[in-house]
Amino acid sequence: MKAQTLLSGEDLDRTYMRLAHQFVEPFDKLDHLAIIGMQTRGVDIARRIHKHIRQFFSVELPMGVLDTTFYRDDFRTKMRMPSVQITDIPFDLFGKDLILVDDVLYTGRTVRSAMDALMSFGRPASVRFCCMVDRGHRELPVTADYVGMFVPTHLNEEIRVETMEQDGRNAILVVKKEEPKT
Amino acid sequence: MTPQEEAAYDFPHRHLLGLKDYSADDILHVLDQADKFLEILNRPIPKIPTLRDKTIVNLFYENSTRTRLSFEMAQKRMGADVLNFSSSSSSVQKGESLKDTIRNIESMKIDMVVVRHPSPGAPHFISRCVDAAILNAGDGAHEHPTQALLDIFSIREKTGRLKGLKVVIIGDITHSRVVRSNIIGMTRLGMEVMVCGPRTMMPLFIEELGVTVSYDLEACLEWCDVAMALRIQLERQGGGLFPSQREYHEKFGIKKRHLREFPDFTIMHPGPINRGVELESEVADSPRSIILNQVTNGLAVRMAALYLLSGGKRE
Repeated sequence: MKAQTLLSGEDLDRTYMRLAHQFVEPFDKLDHLAIIGMQTRGVDIARRIHKHIRQFFSVELPMGVLDTTFYRDDFRTKMRMPSVQITDIPFDLFGKDLILVDDVLYTGRTVRSAMDALMSFGRPASVRFCCMVDRGHRELPVTADYVGMFVPTHLNEEIRVETMEQDGRNAILVVKKEEPKT
Repeated sequence: MTPQEEAAYDFPHRHLLGLKDYSADDILHVLDQADKFLEILNRPIPKIPTLRDKTIVNLFYENSTRTRLSFEMAQKRMGADVLNFSSSSSSVQKGESLKDTIRNIESMKIDMVVVRHPSPGAPHFISRCVDAAILNAGDGAHEHPTQALLDIFSIREKTGRLKGLKVVIIGDITHSRVVRSNIIGMTRLGMEVMVCGPRTMMPLFIEELGVTVSYDLEACLEWCDVAMALRIQLERQGGGLFPSQREYHEKFGIKKRHLREFPDFTIMHPGPINRGVELESEVADSPRSIILNQVTNGLAVRMAALYLLSGGKRE
């Protein structure tokens, strides 16, 4: 197992600031904009961007938390069911311009399930997607509207986005899994 | 979802036959998951596709309103295909055995079975006959695990804690499966349980399960944080265990004046209530009663149990 840090600390915070500006950029008014963080680390990332938007633009955007476990498509291949986490969307989605935030965009299956999940809460005006890292290897035809950084990867590598809340520090790492010994 | 997040609680069970098989951590995991399912019931579209590839049979050899509707609703909310079986309108009347019935149903490719049966151990027997996941919805006077889970869930929701909490269960302790599951679950979670009822309805050696016995209702109400009244099951007893319903109410019914005299305890009842016997109407409908919360929570708890037991196919 070999880990290499790609971004951390203040460098990473600059990326958050850029995303905060990009979120706001296309809108004349921010009345309908809302942010939804995807469990678990997407929530921490969304909160950080949300904080920057508050500082820069003096608005308190509505913020929700989404767990997509129920909508996943990989149950049949697993014996143990993944633990369900909290979903909390404390505002009406109708007519909102939503930005979904997740840590890593990989196969695209999690975003697909997130869109399914959102639709059972109402009919938003639009949904955009932001990921901290796009690592490629898509299995579904989806792409992100906002990307923290592109990291071309091999399949035997793993991208980790660590957050202060979950891991005690903010960092993006690439971890190379060891080749199975033959 | 990244690999970091997959390291979740390793739920080790394939069936829910009784709380006897579940550790304190297993029970708490079901309750914590049920918390998340409660939120779904309040969504504009309260339906999720999680079990849409599962077929579930509700096998009811005994009458039931609450439990059967609650299970069926939970299954439909999660998108499962549901088959309902009740013994009164089936080939059981023609003499088909339990084993043959369940084997035949299994041939229709089912994934889970929810079973209620008058014989203790029937769900355990079925789990050995077929490959599906089995949930016990009450077997004779043995266990009723989902009821106990929803009772404990409701207590935690109301009081915010479990360890050290004092619960008194009042009524027909001998014939009640709800009591048995609750005692197992509650004592495992570090709650103190007292049972109270007429001597004719108190099984010998009940103390072995880790509970204390009392025959004095008012002393119990003084002591407890939660009072759970049980239904007097007229269908399960041969009669003669107490002189009259009125006399039972005099001695063991919770009355309006008790609410004044003991201002702290919470009131529960697994339903259906015999009003004026176990509880006076004013008690059942008072703000301190969480009887209707128990029903809503029952849905969430059953969704969580179905979810946790629906994992993957056996190789």
